[in-house]
Amino acid sequence: MRVEDISLEWIKGIGPKSNIALSSRIRLARNLRDYPFPSVAKRKDLEGVVEKVKGVLEQDPYFKGFSLFMLESLSKVERETLVEKHLISPEHANGGARKAGAVLIEHEGVLSVMINEEDHLRIQCFLGGLQLGEVWRIIDRFDSILEKYVDYAFDEEFGYLTACPTNVGTGLRASVMLHLPGLVMTKKIGKVVEELSKIGLTVRGIYGEGTEALGNLFQLSNQVTLGPSEEEIIDKLEKIALRVIEEEELSRKQLFKVKGIRLEDSLWRAYGILKNARIMSSKEAMELLSQVRMGVDMGILPSIDKRKFNELLISIRPAHLQLSAKRELAPEERDKMRADLLRESF
Amino acid sequence: MLCQRCKRREATVHITRFVGGKKEELHLCRDCAEELLGTGDFLSFDFSLPDLLGSLVKPAKSLLGETRQPVLRCPKCGLTYEGFQEIGRLGCASCYKTFRSKLVPLLRRIHGNTKHGGKVPSKVGKELKVERELEKLRLELESAVRKEEYEKAAQIRDRIRELEGKIAR
Repeated sequence: MRVEDISLEWIKGIGPKSNIALSSRIRLARNLRDYPFPSVAKRKDLEGVVEKVKGVLEQDPYFKGFSLFMLESLSKVERETLVEKHLISPEHANGGARKAGAVLIEHEGVLSVMINEEDHLRIQCFLGGLQLGEVWRIIDRFDSILEKYVDYAFDEEFGYLTACPTNVGTGLRASVMLHLPGLVMTKKIGKVVEELSKIGLTVRGIYGEGTEALGNLFQLSNQVTLGPSEEEIIDKLEKIALRVIEEEELSRKQLFKVKGIRLEDSLWRAYGILKNARIMSSKEAMELLSQVRMGVDMGILPSIDKRKFNELLISIRPAHLQLSAKRELAPEERDKMRADLLRESF
Repeated sequence: MLCQRCKRREATVHITRFVGGKKEELHLCRDCAEELLGTGDFLSFDFSLPDLLGSLVKPAKSLLGETRQPVLRCPKCGLTYEGFQEIGRLGCASCYKTFRSKLVPLLRRIHGNTKHGGKVPSKVGKELKVERELEKLRLELESAVRKEEYEKAAQIRDRIRELEGKIAR
């Protein structure tokens, strides 16, 4: 498998509430008992971890549908592409090559594993919509099969041992990617973020820096990993996510009631720009896509497949544009190519 | 006192900043201070996760002054507790044993808990799973009795006996 052939399952937009909940993701942090953690390990130890994983892949037919990439064998654009697909972290893309960093990717685009990032293994599972229970079922099975072949760093008192104490216990971080233009436009989002932090959940913008959430995309995730069981963490997050989605739907109705034709007008204008612009920055594209997506959800704009929006979120980003152009592009070239891509899509 | 930077002029500006979770005093002359302010370097402040963890791990300063404690060092990977405070990352599985007494209060502050309640690798033993289940059932039994749901309580009690039998065997 080549990097440009990697497709992601969640992009298809299949799953409960997938108009607002773009994806459900669970990440498990795991370490091997007999190797020092990556922050202090020597390169030789970390190469040992990769060898260990390679050995497991050959031993069990379950792993037939996976490909392993060493980060040092990938170009900068290829590594950036993996970051844009959320398969590896920016830190892993930048420093991973020096530390025998690798990534294991399932061909279905559901499961992946970062190797030698902050922990030896960061197993990830993504599906579309709000379905953390199903995501847990899949990743739990992967973890249980892997565990037959390796000795995890595990302690009866503290659970799965991780490099950072903020992940110890279950090592589980569950998150839901939510599209919340309604909460942003009604200015409710601040209160939502504040209240959720009081019950141990974090909400942050996925794109953009600081408090800015580009494209009105937010990630809702758990903070606590030690104490509650995996099922309890997931159940809580899923229930709260549903409540946030409900409030988002309500906000859109309120917006329409208050603004009426003015809302329709601004959504149609956003659609018009996407269909006609000749140059487009990443930031502008994200904002317009968010508005058009909301317009389609609300039945104001003509129906457009969710899959198209999900694909565009990723394919308009710099590394993806360069990978499909098969060369490096200057920022102005990218803006032109992005506008072309968007015009063709709508 | 001379300026730390140019080491020529008198230091008249005294700044406190945090680097790597540690307090640092800067003594500068007016010229150097202004120059640094222009670069933004002067205010570069460390507010990252390792830094915040560092402040969580540090014991509240005693009024009686600092008492020197022996250096805690993990025998397996060589990381000291101070090293952990600096990078915010532990070095290996054994660190959790070595630094246990210091980690327990830290974990309580981060998670509000200090004991794992989730998945157990099947290799680690089925027994632990049964004990976990028993712990949960005993709590349920207590609450059933409190609510005077005696029929339910009897069922739970039977289940507890069954599991206890399993462990004994």
